Amino acid sequence: MSASVTLLDYGGGNTGSMARALARVGAEVRVAVRGTDVAEHDRLVLPGVGHFGTVMEALRERGLDEAIRRHVGAGRPFLGVCVGLQVLCDASDEAPGVPGLGLVPGRVVRFQAPKVPQVGFNRVEPTRPGRVLTPGYFYFVNSYHAVPADPSAVAATAEYGVRFAAAVEVGAMLAVQFHPEKSGPAGLAMLERWLAC
Amino acid sequence: MLTKRIIPCLDVRGGRVVKGTRFVALRDAGDPVTLATRYESEGADELFFLDITASAQARGILIGVVRAVAERVFIPFGVGGGLRTLEDMAAVLRAGAEKVSLNTAAVEDPGLVARAAAAFGSQAVVVAIDARARPSGGWEVVTHGGRRPTGMDAVAWARRAVEAGAGELLVTSMDCDGVQRGYDLALYQTLAAEVPVPVIASGGAGGVEDIRAVLCEGRADAALAASIFHFGAWTVRDVKARLVAMGVPVRPPDREA
Repeated sequence: MSASVTLLDYGGGNTGSMARALARVGAEVRVAVRGTDVAEHDRLVLPGVGHFGTVMEALRERGLDEAIRRHVGAGRPFLGVCVGLQVLCDASDEAPGVPGLGLVPGRVVRFQAPKVPQVGFNRVEPTRPGRVLTPGYFYFVNSYHAVPADPSAVAATAEYGVRFAAAVEVGAMLAVQFHPEKSGPAGLAMLERWLAC
Repeated sequence: MLTKRIIPCLDVRGGRVVKGTRFVALRDAGDPVTLATRYESEGADELFFLDITASAQARGILIGVVRAVAERVFIPFGVGGGLRTLEDMAAVLRAGAEKVSLNTAAVEDPGLVARAAAAFGSQAVVVAIDARARPSGGWEVVTHGGRRPTGMDAVAWARRAVEAGAGELLVTSMDCDGVQRGYDLALYQTLAAEVPVPVIASGGAGGVEDIRAVLCEGRADAALAASIFHFGAWTVRDVKARLVAMGVPVRPPDREA
């Protein structure tokens, strides 16, 4: 039995890469460009590449913000990636004054490192045993990182000048700062485990 | 911690991978998709495709290569060579590349870097710089595949490209490229001190010690190499295993053969 996944397309993300990776590990992928396209019983994936403010604006315009809130509120499986993690927070220094989805209380701040963005594979360490996240190297491209108000929301960390949230997890809502669709075999294996749980 | 990247580079002409010595004398090194999947399975962190024909009719072939690679490869890859307009770049990114690199077109119109960064995000925009050492010291930017000196200082251009929105720099030493006698360490040390974005070093890898040196002493964030991988002198897996043994922070290759 293959898992059905709805991939949210807000116009700017790397929807194609994520669709190919999910299909590779056996998912049946549908793409939703409007909130009304979201199939109720699917798993939901919010891929990410882009600016916090632009992405939030696109999500609101397309009614995808409400679709995410409904889906997460119903306790259904959700996976956010990169900026798809960051927009779950309340706000970001990348777009002052633009409210995020507010599903993970906290804010998003810029790295204080000699080189920003961080680009490349970083070592991810889960903070607790789980069914999806494992220790290993995953591909990051980010200038900003989330700082959840409740530290128990942090499911994995990595280090880049500071130890930062590489993944947040609250109930069935999982979001990762790295790109599993671009992390080689380790990333595909993570997506496969997420589809199976 | 963030690891240093090993990036095999595939020079593509007419849909095939080629690699020359000092940009001439091309030898055929194979099918791009076959090579790309091999490098991924050996533990490459990223791939770069440079279209060295860069003519309008070659563009269609290149897009086909990008699409085929994206279907099979699940690590990031960049594409460069003759991209001159936002439409060129959008086509490559839509076909599945993560990044585009701009070289001559950026020198001729630095505004193109800013427009690309605004359209696609800085993370997708790599400015490629071909640099040649000056007898008097420093480095000069050369364009058109190494054929045209510009008189511009390479370090000053690097700073300006970053200000315009480049998210990374791919810097090739023209003096070292293809001769496999080591990277120009002074060039990368200077850039590391001068620019706040990652620098990919290119040109000169003859063995693991050269790669170690440019990542450590040269302070480059990534090492790009072609010749040593294509012709089987080294596999990516061997290079990474040796770098791990030398204490260089790289993503270790998978355990299985």
